[in-house]
Amino acid sequence: MRFRGLKHWVLTCAGMLGLAALIGAGAAFAVPVPGGIGFQPAATDLAKEVDSFHDEILIIITGITIFVTALLVWVMIRYNKRANPVPKKFSHNTLVEILWTALPVLILVFIAYRSFPLLYEEDVMPNVEDSQIVDIKVYGRQWFWSYIYGPGDDALSYDSNIIPADLIDPSKGQIRQLSVDNPMVAPAGKYVRLTISSSDVIHSWAMPQFRLKVDAVPGRINQLWFKTDKPGVYYGQCSELCGARHAYMPIELRILPDDQYEIWKQKSTTSLKDGRAYLDQVQPLGPAAQVASAK
Amino acid sequence: MSTDTAHAADDHGHEHAHHDPKWYSPSRWLFSTNHKDIGTLYLIFALCAGTVGFIFSGIMRVELMHPGLQLFDGKAFGGFFGNEDNYNVITTMHGLIMIFFMVMPALIGGFGNWFVPLMIGAPDMAMPRMNNISFWLMPASFFLLILSMFMPAQATGTGTGFGGGWVMYPPLSSTVGHSGIAMDLVIFSLHIAGISSILGAINFIVTILNMRAPGMTLHKMPLFAWSVLVTAFLLVLALPVLAGALTMLLTDRNFGSKFFVPAGGGDPIMFQHLFWFFGHPEVYIMILPGFGIISHVISTFSKKPVFGYLGMAYAMVAIGFIGFIVWAHHMYTVGMNVNLKAYFVAATMIIAVPTGIKIFSWIATMWGGSIEFKVPMLWAIGFIFLFTVGGVTGVVLANAGVDHALHDTYYVVAHFHYVLSLGAVFTLFCGWYYWFEKMWGVKYNGFLGGLHFWLTFIGSNVIFFPQHFLGLQGMPRRYVDYTPAFEHWHTISTYGYMIVAAGMVIFFISLAEAAIRRRKAEANPWGEGATTLEWTLSSPPPFHQYNDLPRVR
Repeated sequence: MRFRGLKHWVLTCAGMLGLAALIGAGAAFAVPVPGGIGFQPAATDLAKEVDSFHDEILIIITGITIFVTALLVWVMIRYNKRANPVPKKFSHNTLVEILWTALPVLILVFIAYRSFPLLYEEDVMPNVEDSQIVDIKVYGRQWFWSYIYGPGDDALSYDSNIIPADLIDPSKGQIRQLSVDNPMVAPAGKYVRLTISSSDVIHSWAMPQFRLKVDAVPGRINQLWFKTDKPGVYYGQCSELCGARHAYMPIELRILPDDQYEIWKQKSTTSLKDGRAYLDQVQPLGPAAQVASAK
Repeated sequence: MSTDTAHAADDHGHEHAHHDPKWYSPSRWLFSTNHKDIGTLYLIFALCAGTVGFIFSGIMRVELMHPGLQLFDGKAFGGFFGNEDNYNVITTMHGLIMIFFMVMPALIGGFGNWFVPLMIGAPDMAMPRMNNISFWLMPASFFLLILSMFMPAQATGTGTGFGGGWVMYPPLSSTVGHSGIAMDLVIFSLHIAGISSILGAINFIVTILNMRAPGMTLHKMPLFAWSVLVTAFLLVLALPVLAGALTMLLTDRNFGSKFFVPAGGGDPIMFQHLFWFFGHPEVYIMILPGFGIISHVISTFSKKPVFGYLGMAYAMVAIGFIGFIVWAHHMYTVGMNVNLKAYFVAATMIIAVPTGIKIFSWIATMWGGSIEFKVPMLWAIGFIFLFTVGGVTGVVLANAGVDHALHDTYYVVAHFHYVLSLGAVFTLFCGWYYWFEKMWGVKYNGFLGGLHFWLTFIGSNVIFFPQHFLGLQGMPRRYVDYTPAFEHWHTISTYGYMIVAAGMVIFFISLAEAAIRRRKAEANPWGEGATTLEWTLSSPPPFHQYNDLPRVR
């Protein structure tokens, strides 16, 4: 029994180490990888901070789990019936009781000390010039996303639908369950501010590579911001149960250099098709296998 | 010493044997006012409902073994499983059944009814007839829930069953998402289950506060009775809030009220606040009785008194109290004010302190003991390890800054299955094997019990540990289909389910084996370590016990 417990932990620790190794690799083409055990590569500075904070907690909780397991293994070896036929009768020890109350408190205070600044950094967008901000409205609907670009209420607005499995073309870099017909597009290097709502049930706009997620709630306007310097393609999926086709409303986000973004927007405003053609021209995706393995 | 008292009790039971109803008499079960019979009914009910819930999880694991649709494509098995929304129905029903119809009836209704009166030296529950209605509401409630699966999802008659998740968030659960009668049946079902639980909880509170044996002060009461007392208070405080939220949802759906309808000035997020004000205490309702069981088992098989008894009791009180002030950590992504999120981060992490006290106290109980690795002890040690793993991932999720990435992914699924499916369920089997002889008067086969443990322990880790990886990679919850990259861990997870299923087969074989072989049980099979009052009685205990109240010094 002891040895199986140990073996389990050897495997787990190997997993944790591998996980630490995975984190930190930058990426322009970020997708989940087969057998992956950690976060997808971080695409924003904020996401990197989330990762380093998560790594710290992971080390702490792995340590705690190993500690508890070691204690369990020790009592099972040292205080089993054969090793210790006559049980002791004590049931109090003030010192250790104080210790195992105080030490966890200290650990939690340390975690909180790192946690709160990160939370505020994520939730509160830095105060920057208006020229640095790009506003995009996002609507969740059963079962697709709508994106609306300014200036004004709807200079450019379109729906983004999943490409059905039987129409997926891997040679164009399309990935089943993730690729859409009209991706969302945003510029690199700017503060992108999303205002998110829904017109039917609750959905959730999620972008794993940015470590961000905000619900689209009917009757409410939620805000989310991100800033990435890496042009590329990023995938997310609806993350609040929204009915039958909940699994079929992915988010494909293309980040373009600022000048290309402006051209894309101009072309799309006149014709969505032209915009899409321009996107494919300036940011062609190789075969899906390449996209998936790109780091 | 203990055998003498057991012998006396046995004689006593024999004296009155001709008054006892026969086991096959329907009136014994339908009109039962005997806490042990009602406990047995609860356990049988939980076993049946749990089997249904377990089969549902198997359906999900088969569907998720590979990308694409395996069962829910409208064609497999003649379209028996229906379409994608029926997958959502299965996940919804799995959650509701396991929570309301398996864990709660088994731990509170089953073991609580059986052993709270025995442990505190009471002849029966304070309100035996209310105890009867508490139980018999449950099958009615379960019937409504199962019925809902076959009723129209939409008013137009399309679809079957309610597929909005066990959390039932409007507008998906209002007429916008599910306009059919299925959701109304779910609401009725949960109302009735709620009434059942509230009545049961009142019964436990009154029994424990008024009917302890002479000399048994609250501070001498066994920890299992403590855990049920705390749980009962949580039930009485939390369930009315769920009932209120569900009633508001019902009137929204049927009578034109606008509590959760934004167009009418309502707010769907208010439902989430009300739901989780119930929902978070609910998770402690599921685990606290298990804490009580683990304390007894660890102490019994270490042959040592529980370490830090008062600390253990008040840690449960603290967990129960803090459980009421952390609910919105389930809602970090709904768009709450950042200061509110910060509060809930801090409050949530505090729960780790009393939980840590319990884990360390259990280990300290074993420290210096003379441990026997009997079947219940295996489950108890397994529980401590698994609950620790589930607990520490809870600390990760408590941090809103990280939870934004992990919310509604498989990381959360892995976390709450480690504390519930591997936590609460392990305590349940722990109690089952601990009290098996006491309840049924026969012995089980230790080899089969051990095999059941090892298959469940290994299998459930294979199911749920890889789901942490899926969550970190971004796999969202409640998805019927996924991108091929997630296949690797999903397939392994399904293999784990097969191992646990083999364990369940062994479990049923062990039941049959015990029923056929009928090895006579001892009053106290565990020896000097088993010190609570139920071991002074015969196995099974007489139909009415403690006609002369035991005295506790």
